[in-house]
Amino acid sequence: MADIDKKYSGIWIFAEQLEGKLASVSLELIGEAKKLAYKLNVQVSAVLIGDEVETIIPTLIHYGADTVYIIDDPVFHFYRAETYKSAFCYLVEKYNPEILLMGATTTGRDLAGAVATTLKTGLTADCTALDIDMEEKILLASRPAFGGNIMATIVCEGHRPQMATVHPNVMKKPIPEPNRTGLVIRETFSIEEESLKTIVLKIVKDIAENAKLEDAKIIVSGGRGIQNEHGVTLLNELAAILGGVTAGSRGAVEKSLIDHKRQVGQTGQTVSPKLYFAIGISGAIQHIVGLQGSETIVAINTDPECPMMKIATYSIVGDALTILPKLIVAFKQSLSEITNLDFKNVNHDMKGVITVE
Amino acid sequence: MHILVCVKQVPDTTEIKMDPITNTMDRSSATTIINPYDAHAVEEAVKIIKQYGGKVSIISMGPPKAEEVIKKCIETGADEGYLLSDRVFAGSDTLSTSYIIAMGIKKIMEIEPIDLVFCGKQAIDGDTAQVGPGIACRLGIPQLTYVEAIETFDLKKNVVVLHRKIDNGYEVVQSKLPCLITVEKDINELSFSPLTNMIKAARFTPVTWGFNDLSGDLIHLGLKGSPTCVRRIFPPKQRAGGELLKGSEDEVVKMLVDKLKGGIRKWQI
Repeated sequence: MADIDKKYSGIWIFAEQLEGKLASVSLELIGEAKKLAYKLNVQVSAVLIGDEVETIIPTLIHYGADTVYIIDDPVFHFYRAETYKSAFCYLVEKYNPEILLMGATTTGRDLAGAVATTLKTGLTADCTALDIDMEEKILLASRPAFGGNIMATIVCEGHRPQMATVHPNVMKKPIPEPNRTGLVIRETFSIEEESLKTIVLKIVKDIAENAKLEDAKIIVSGGRGIQNEHGVTLLNELAAILGGVTAGSRGAVEKSLIDHKRQVGQTGQTVSPKLYFAIGISGAIQHIVGLQGSETIVAINTDPECPMMKIATYSIVGDALTILPKLIVAFKQSLSEITNLDFKNVNHDMKGVITVE
Repeated sequence: MHILVCVKQVPDTTEIKMDPITNTMDRSSATTIINPYDAHAVEEAVKIIKQYGGKVSIISMGPPKAEEVIKKCIETGADEGYLLSDRVFAGSDTLSTSYIIAMGIKKIMEIEPIDLVFCGKQAIDGDTAQVGPGIACRLGIPQLTYVEAIETFDLKKNVVVLHRKIDNGYEVVQSKLPCLITVEKDINELSFSPLTNMIKAARFTPVTWGFNDLSGDLIHLGLKGSPTCVRRIFPPKQRAGGELLKGSEDEVVKMLVDKLKGGIRKWQI
């Protein structure tokens, strides 16, 4: 083990980007890597692979990267497992980091699986907490297991780098320091396009439905207790008045009341809004893991003993279908007073929120 | 066309009960099912074969009981089934599991070439999504994960065009065959199995291979071949509970609005 520890040093994060736009999980990773690096007394480096992505370097450094390794070549314009894997493994084998973190996005998980298998090392998926064992100086990677029923802490003792993907939206982004400086290491790694087996023909972007849920400050979420289409209408109406978005639990998705793309939970999305309404949601553990980062939770349920009511900031015992109309009226009244006073000349481009001139 | 689908038998995680003292799963409470994503992979493979001709083979790794999920795939319309089962496979993490399954696939390829390998995007017990890329890597074929639609096959050019889910949309990718595809549930709707398949499945016994049937090295298997291990298991952290608002419906609604309106005003901007 001592030999391993001597050869491998430093924490790397994968700076994931799509057409020059950095994924926000990459900044969350830098923040988390900083904390681990402090405990190990090592540096944090970001690995940036892409095509004309130099402009991302300052952001990575301002957010806390000490070093940025960059490979910039047209062959890396779009992410492809075969090209990114080769480039990434080349860097790892040259510089030997001890820990390697990637976002648990579709791209990050795709790449991590390929890199770990190529390097024959250990990879822990979709972590929600990271720490360092101070005695052994190894990574403690914790994640929900068995559908969120338990948490497991996983270690990789004898292989390096220790790899983990980290669930987006769980770790906090650090505060950028615009005067921070760092080292930039430019590497060349070229691959003949003709030798490759995959081609990305085009990218088709959603109308940002999912992103909206992830970024939403206010989420009005319904479960089985919203019962029917009428319940959904009420849910939508409350969301509209609050300037929030509608979502649902697996129960509501299975009853086809809410689109599965708007499912919050283990198999859906993880959200961390300021305010989360759980209406008619009993709070199965799979759902709760998806909303734990919410600042304030309001639960409305007929069952005062259900898990959701136990963890909510404010809970109300009652039938969603009778309470929702009353809430809508009350919020409409109280917020319209505010709107008249304060919303003049307010402009912002957050989708789903009305712009007031 | 020969399509191989990798499937896993998993506990139904929606039904699992945990022992709060030992933090272990109460196995007696858990029913086992085919990993739901794998069911969609099998469905897709059968659908493709109906259109393009060929056959579907199934491979699974697990205890002898995992034969049940292979039979389930025969019901859906698969033709052959292989079970990799041996005590020395127990305790394998994803790196070691991909090693074992890749060995099995290589052995099948000696019998007959494979054009496509399908997997579910992840298994609901581990939720790692790592075994698919691991197998592709070991076989040296392209990996196409999170696939939500297959557009076309061009068997003359030997390529497939498909839609890969990415965060906030999808990408249209063309890949040479053979390749490995992991599927999302969106790729298809599960259909009902015809009675003839059910009868076939009832009589079906998969080919079972143990370690000695495969040309592998023991040091890559099971606990020994797994770089990761579980250090500790613990119950998920519970948020501290808050305040139960009491009163008539009108009263609690008013209480809630008063508590939240200041915040909402801030968050909207």
